[in-house]
Amino acid sequence: MYETNHTFPPGVIADIQERASEGRYVIRGMGARRRVPMFDDLLLLTASASRYPLEGYRERCETGTVLGTRNASEPVVLEIPITIAGMSFGALSAGAKEALGRAASEVGTSTTTGDGGMTPEERNSSETLVYQCLPSRYGFNPADLRKADAVEVVLGQGAKPGGGGMLLGQKVGSRVASLRTLPEGIDQRSASRHPDWTGPDDLRIKIEEIREVTGHRVPVYIKIGATRVDHDVKLAVAAGADVVVVDGMQGGTAATQEAFIEHTGVPTLAAVRQASDALADLGLTGEVQLVVSGGIRSGADVAKALALGADAVSLGVASLIAMGCNSPTATGPDGEVLDVADDYRRMGTRPGDCHHCHTGLCPVGIATQEADLEARLDPGAAATRIANYLRSMAMEVTMLARACGKSDVHRLEPEDLVALTIEAAAMARVPLAGTSWIPGTTR
Amino acid sequence: MDATVTGAATGTAVGTATGPAIGTATGAEQPPGLRLDLAEVPLREANDALRALPDGARAELLNPAGRHNLAVGLTTACEVTIAGPAGYYCGGLGERASITVDGPAGWGVGENLMSGTVRVRGDASQSVAASAHGGLVVVEGQVSLRAGISLKGGTLAVGGDAGAFCGFMAQAGTILIGGNAGDGLGDSLYEAVIYVAGTVRSLGTDARVEDLADEDVERVKQLVEVCGFDHIDPGNVTRIASARQLYHFATHNHDAY
Ligand code: SF4
Repeated sequence: MYETNHTFPPGVIADIQERASEGRYVIRGMGARRRVPMFDDLLLLTASASRYPLEGYRERCETGTVLGTRNASEPVVLEIPITIAGMSFGALSAGAKEALGRAASEVGTSTTTGDGGMTPEERNSSETLVYQCLPSRYGFNPADLRKADAVEVVLGQGAKPGGGGMLLGQKVGSRVASLRTLPEGIDQRSASRHPDWTGPDDLRIKIEEIREVTGHRVPVYIKIGATRVDHDVKLAVAAGADVVVVDGMQGGTAATQEAFIEHTGVPTLAAVRQASDALADLGLTGEVQLVVSGGIRSGADVAKALALGADAVSLGVASLIAMGCNSPTATGPDGEVLDVADDYRRMGTRPGDCHHCHTGLCPVGIATQEADLEARLDPGAAATRIANYLRSMAMEVTMLARACGKSDVHRLEPEDLVALTIEAAAMARVPLAGTSWIPGTTR
Repeated sequence: MDATVTGAATGTAVGTATGPAIGTATGAEQPPGLRLDLAEVPLREANDALRALPDGARAELLNPAGRHNLAVGLTTACEVTIAGPAGYYCGGLGERASITVDGPAGWGVGENLMSGTVRVRGDASQSVAASAHGGLVVVEGQVSLRAGISLKGGTLAVGGDAGAFCGFMAQAGTILIGGNAGDGLGDSLYEAVIYVAGTVRSLGTDARVEDLADEDVERVKQLVEVCGFDHIDPGNVTRIASARQLYHFATHNHDAY
C-alpha cells in the first residue's frame, strides 16, 4: 500500500513530465474544473409557518428585468433575468452564434457579441444584442456600435482576469482573420489592456465618448473578471457604468492557459455578494444593475444569485452545453444523428469531459471554424434546445421564488438563504445552516 | 459668440443672452458654415449639430478649452475646425469627416477612426490613432507614448518625435514619424509598417529594420505631400516591420515576451 502524495499526485507528475518533454504548458477551453465554494453550497429557506408561499403553476411570479436605468434613454428590457454572455465569432462558429441569438430572442433575453466584432448573422438573429468593447478592439466600429442595444466595456473575464485572450491559429480562418485584421493562421493574441485609456478616470471619458456616439440611448455595461471585486465594482460605477457585470472564476473561455483558469480570480459565489455589497455601500442598489456570471447552470443557481443581490445572470458554457457541447452525437449532412465519440477520442478526450475548444476541432460544430464540422450544428435545432433550457431555468427560478413567498424573482434576498459550509457562509454572508452564525460577521 | 452669427443650418439654434451660440456665419468677414461656441453650447448639442451636417458642410468649434470627445462619431464628409486645444478622443470613432485641431490634442485623438482625416496642428498626447481602421491622422508636432497602438489599417503621420512604444501591436496600416522615435518602437507589430525619418532609440520585441523598396518611397512621398511635411526626405527614412517570429506561441520565446 503506497501513501498518496498530495503534493505530487500522478496527475501533477504527468503534467511536469509533459512540460519537460514538450516545452509547453496547458492551454485549454471552458472554466475552472477544481471544486470551489459554489451555489450548491447554499440552500433556499422556502416558506412554512413564518412565510406564506405563492401557488406554484398558478399565481404570477414576475421575471421581467430591466438593465441600464441609470443613464440610458432606452434601457435593456428583458423577459427573464438570464442572459447570454459574450462569446466571439471565431471562438464559436457562425451557426453557434446565430443559435444563441435566435434562442435569446425567442425567450426575450439578450445575447452578447465577443472579441472579433458583430457579424450580420448575429445582429439579425438577436432581438437584443449587447456589443462588447474589448481591449483588442477587433472589428470594433462605429456603425455596429450604433446598431447595439447596449455596450459592454470588457475589463476582464473570470477565466483569465488580467490575462487578455488568445485564439490559436487553427481557428483563425479567412473570415475570422479579416474581421480581426490579422494574418490568417496566426496564434492570435487579444490585448489585456485597452489601447486608449488606463485608469477609471480615463474610462469615464471613454464611456462618455461611447454615449456621444450612441446618442446617450443605450446602457453601458462594464464587465470585470472577479478579483478585487469591492474596489473594482466601485471604480466601475465611478467610471459611469449603468450595469456592472461580474464574472467569477468558474466562467469559461475558448482558450486560455490553465494556470489562469485554475489559479486566478475568486469564485462567483464570493463575487456576487461582494459586488452587491459594494453597490449597497454606494447607495446604488437598484440604480446600477448587477449581472453575475461564471458557472451558472440551473434555475436554483439563478435564484441564489438573485437572492444575493444580482439583477440578472449571464450564461456562457451552460448555453453551449444546452446546444450540444459535450454531446456524443451531432447532426449529419442529411439531418441524421451522427455518432461523434471517435472525434472526441482523436482529441484525447470523451463526451462529458471535453474542454478542447482551443483546438478548433469541436466534434459538434460549436467551437470550430472548419466548414465540415460547422455543418454538424443545425442553428435552428440548437436555438430550440437553448430556448428550452432557458425556459426551464426561468420556470425553476419562479418556482423557488414562489415557494419563498415572492411574486417577483427580484425580491429574493439573502435572508432566504443558508449555507452548508463555513466557507460558503463566510463568502455569501448568510448563516451556516441550523445556526445564526455568519463567519466574519456574527459570533 | 459673434453677433453676426445668425440662423441655424441644423435647425437647432440655441439662444443665449448674447445671441445664438449655434448658428451659421453669414458676415463677409466670417468663414462660411456653422460656428459653435463651446463656452455656451453643451458638448452634447455641439456634437449632435456636427453629426447633422451634410457632406461638404463646414463648422468651427470655438473655445474648446481641452474638452473631451469633441467631434466624435461623425459620419459625413464635413469639415470641422476646432479652434484651440482638444481633450481626449477628439474625432474618435469617425467616418469621412475632415477635422482640424488648431492646437494640441489629448489622449486618443482619432482613435478607432474608420475614414476621413484628423489633423492636429500641435502636439498630441498618448495613444494617437489607437485602433484606427482607416483614414489619416496627422499630428504636426510631437506625440507621446503608444501612438498608433493596435492600428488596424489607418495611417498615422507625425511631423515631430514619437514617444515610447509607438506602433505597439499595430496590426495593419502605416505610421510615419518625421522626427525621432523613442524606446520600443514597433513592439509586437503584426503587419503594420513604420517609417522613421530621424533616429530610433530602440526597437521593440519582434520589430526589425528592413530595406526600403520603391513602393515604400512612393508611399512616404505621397504621405509627405498630403501632410505638408517638407522636412522629410522620402528616400531617406528607415522602414520598420515585424520579424514575424512571435506569430505562434511557444515557451522557447520566453525571453522575447
Ligand atoms: S464539445 Fe466543442 S464546445 Fe464543447 S468543450 Fe468540446 S470543443 Fe468545446
